[in-house]
Amino acid sequence: MTIETRPGRAPAAPPTVAPAPVIVPPGGPARGRARPAGPLRREGPAKLTGTALYADDLIFPGAWYGATIRSTEPHARLLGIDLDPAFDWSKVTVVTAADIPGDNVVSLIHDDQPVLVPVGGEIRHHAEPVALLAAADRATLREARGRVRPRTEPLPPVFDPLASTVVFAHYDLAKGDAAAGLEAADVVIEGTYRVGHQEQLYIENNAMIAVPRKDGGVTVHGSLQCPYYVHNALRRGLRLNAEQAQVVQSETGGGFGGKEEYPSMVGLHAALLALRTGKPVRMIYDRHEDLAATTKRHPAIVTHRTGVMRDGRIVAQDIELIMDGGAYTTLTPVVLSRATIHAGGPYDVPNVRIRSRAVATNTPPNGAFRGFGAPQSEFAAETQLNRVAEALGLSPLELRRRNVYRVGGITPTMQVLRGGVAGEEVLERAAEASEFERTRARTAEARASRTDRDRTARGVGLALAWHGAGFTGSGEARMGSVVSVELTAEGVVRILTASTEMGQGTKTIFPQLAAAELGLDVDDVEIAPQDTAIVPDSGPTVASRTAMVVGGMVIHATRRLRDAVEARTGRPFADSYRDDARSHGPTRVDQAFEPYPGVGFDDATYTGDAYPAFGWAAAVAEVEVDLDTCAVTVLSVVAVDDVGRVIHPVLCEGQVEGGTLQAVGYATIEEIKLRDGRYLNDRLQTYLIPTALDAPRIETILVEAPFKDAPHGAKGVGELPMDVGAPAVIAAIHDATGAWIPDLPATPERIMAALAGIAPPEPPGISTVTSSASSVGGNG
Amino acid sequence: MTYRLTVNGIATETSAPGMRRLLDVLREDLGLTGTKEGCGEGECGACTVLVDGDVVDSCLVPLCQVDGRTIETVEGLTAGARPDGAAPALGPLQRAFLETGGAQCGICTPGMLIAGEAFLASGRAPTDAAIREAIAGNLCRCTGYTKIIEAIALAATRRTDESASGAAPTSEPGPAA
Repeated sequence: MTIETRPGRAPAAPPTVAPAPVIVPPGGPARGRARPAGPLRREGPAKLTGTALYADDLIFPGAWYGATIRSTEPHARLLGIDLDPAFDWSKVTVVTAADIPGDNVVSLIHDDQPVLVPVGGEIRHHAEPVALLAAADRATLREARGRVRPRTEPLPPVFDPLASTVVFAHYDLAKGDAAAGLEAADVVIEGTYRVGHQEQLYIENNAMIAVPRKDGGVTVHGSLQCPYYVHNALRRGLRLNAEQAQVVQSETGGGFGGKEEYPSMVGLHAALLALRTGKPVRMIYDRHEDLAATTKRHPAIVTHRTGVMRDGRIVAQDIELIMDGGAYTTLTPVVLSRATIHAGGPYDVPNVRIRSRAVATNTPPNGAFRGFGAPQSEFAAETQLNRVAEALGLSPLELRRRNVYRVGGITPTMQVLRGGVAGEEVLERAAEASEFERTRARTAEARASRTDRDRTARGVGLALAWHGAGFTGSGEARMGSVVSVELTAEGVVRILTASTEMGQGTKTIFPQLAAAELGLDVDDVEIAPQDTAIVPDSGPTVASRTAMVVGGMVIHATRRLRDAVEARTGRPFADSYRDDARSHGPTRVDQAFEPYPGVGFDDATYTGDAYPAFGWAAAVAEVEVDLDTCAVTVLSVVAVDDVGRVIHPVLCEGQVEGGTLQAVGYATIEEIKLRDGRYLNDRLQTYLIPTALDAPRIETILVEAPFKDAPHGAKGVGELPMDVGAPAVIAAIHDATGAWIPDLPATPERIMAALAGIAPPEPPGISTVTSSASSVGGNG
Repeated sequence: MTYRLTVNGIATETSAPGMRRLLDVLREDLGLTGTKEGCGEGECGACTVLVDGDVVDSCLVPLCQVDGRTIETVEGLTAGARPDGAAPALGPLQRAFLETGGAQCGICTPGMLIAGEAFLASGRAPTDAAIREAIAGNLCRCTGYTKIIEAIALAATRRTDESASGAAPTSEPGPAA
């Protein structure tokens, strides 16, 4: 790995030759490579010794076990919930919608999703919660589960997003005149791309344990990304005040967006049972339930019409994007918004029209997953661009060079890109490190001389992406996040934020940022537990905003603490803070988010600065395709990511490597099949993710083009690599075989069909229907 | 009936039902919650333990099959004794994971460490391909496996260096730093 540093603020014009690499300080442990050591992961020792406590590891004496009774139909009227009279119900607690003390909604953007479907209400998707059970032991609970029968009347389901008339959100972006641009273009290329569901597949399933409180409220411990989302949901659904609802994050075994909104549902369910039984209740999902019921990445259908001149200038893009939100709104309008803004890719095109809509279907709701809409639309944009390059006879690298955003570029929301624009830099770095053109010439030669005796084919592919840093539009300003930094009376410096650790490194980088400001050793800065009774609401741990936004607030708060102490002591903080704590007592600084200067977005017209900054990423993938089976092996990926500023090289690389492999899985093997609105492969035996043997060699190159209004320059890293991996792999498959695979994942079946020139298998993301669909399931 | 097994070097007796999953015996009966459940059907490897040195998914093994056997879990990997309340000292492989960034969310880590230990014990050359093969039964969703492979290779290299620097690794330091 090398770290490329662009010193200070971004230059007015991007350099055509990248600046010379700055040699990072030595001291890295691994294989003698130069690498700044960075502090070790804060909670690493606990995780490595098995002492870190995840939700299912927590012990609450006398706890009962909870279970969720779910619908077995995609669309139906709930007529009643029948309990088998032959069963002894005295040892089981049953909760239905009628028992919900507050509003029967999972509070998020819209109030359409119930905590439990009420009798008389509408079941809108398979695996929708209709009742809850709790028992003192698992055997009784298991027996009771089989004795509950939701009585239903089937309703006609809608599975095809193109046929759905229920629209969750829609956007229409225009820059210039796309119709005129297409008219004037030398060549117009059209393409339609489809992507299906993707499961986050954190290895720890969703899990919540609710414990009744003496004040009539409930404390919920669990696996989650956003403590205050769950807190708000509990307050609303259970009619509790802020103190009565307490949410404590347990060690969280991965999230990737999958624990952004669904934990509110699980937490409410556990809490309802705990309040009803008066006992702690464990609601620990197994893998099957987690796969069957929780949110996935939105399927999408994207159609591009691209107008280009013979010299490679893109003059017009006309894009239509349709997303399947599933049965309820969840976060869909925001996912669609990000997908829409990113749909053209990182290219400065004078005439752009992007029309998008997200619709309802009778399938489980889709939600947040790393990238949040951008991986879908950028897969389409990049694959379209690679097809344009082919049509023009231009190198995909050269076509990108001619169109990539530079400083002063104007986006489809009419945002002027003022600084930290590194599209060209990541592109050139990736091309250089992968020897893209040389490799491409070699694969072309091999393709030209291929005979029937060749059983494998190699190819190389390139993709480029941008990713808006932090919340879209005015989201951050509306959120009003707060972080606190305190010097306790005992002389301990402590950071208080609601930003959760789920593997990405929050608990390591925040103390690192604060310690640097205070001149302390990183171990002298503590971080408070993510407990709503202790930490303020610093917003959700999403949108790659933790390092950039919350990290920036930690720095501001720390500086204020330092200044206050130094003003009193007249000495450097590090030398005087313990004395100050003794003589003056505790000091606490609450730092509210302050909007970045000059960043404005108009929600009504959907124009302006959609993001305060953008991260940039390029990937070059090499694949080998087995020409008999059409199985794809991704051999290597060179991933170049501009993250603004690298805070911790090891953790930052880890984000790029993990995101890259999730993108490779998205491109090659990860697909949910549906029948009658039910996920068919709802087990880990049937939903596959890459193993170590499937994973490519990943070379990470970090680039730093800082965001000047963040005190540390960081722009976030989590989502960025997810945007580029899939289109790079698809381009490489094309380079190897000559076949474009417009639908993800590029399974052997799809590749084989494309090579044979026959109709592909059914498109991803849409449910097939059995003839007896309307009479399926539990009318017991 | 009573089953006798040795867990992390400690002789243990249990009269739990013979078909109880070894995973549940470890986590719930013995309080060894370091071993995790990710799928319950032998796909993810989060529940990996060693039975007489063999790598197994403890969610697929009933108690009756491990009567008289020796079980090793993540709790047994720490170096030296663990006095009550004190943080356990990291063993060499754990240390390598910490240094290279091989653990992110940490939920696959105990199983990954066990698979890694078995690989180290096998004495096979720590090539990229061999390490990938050794951890192929353990899913990780965070790391892309890159730093896990690096960690196992690092631990293997240090092990070789140690044994090369003298027959007894705890004796005087080797001739060259």
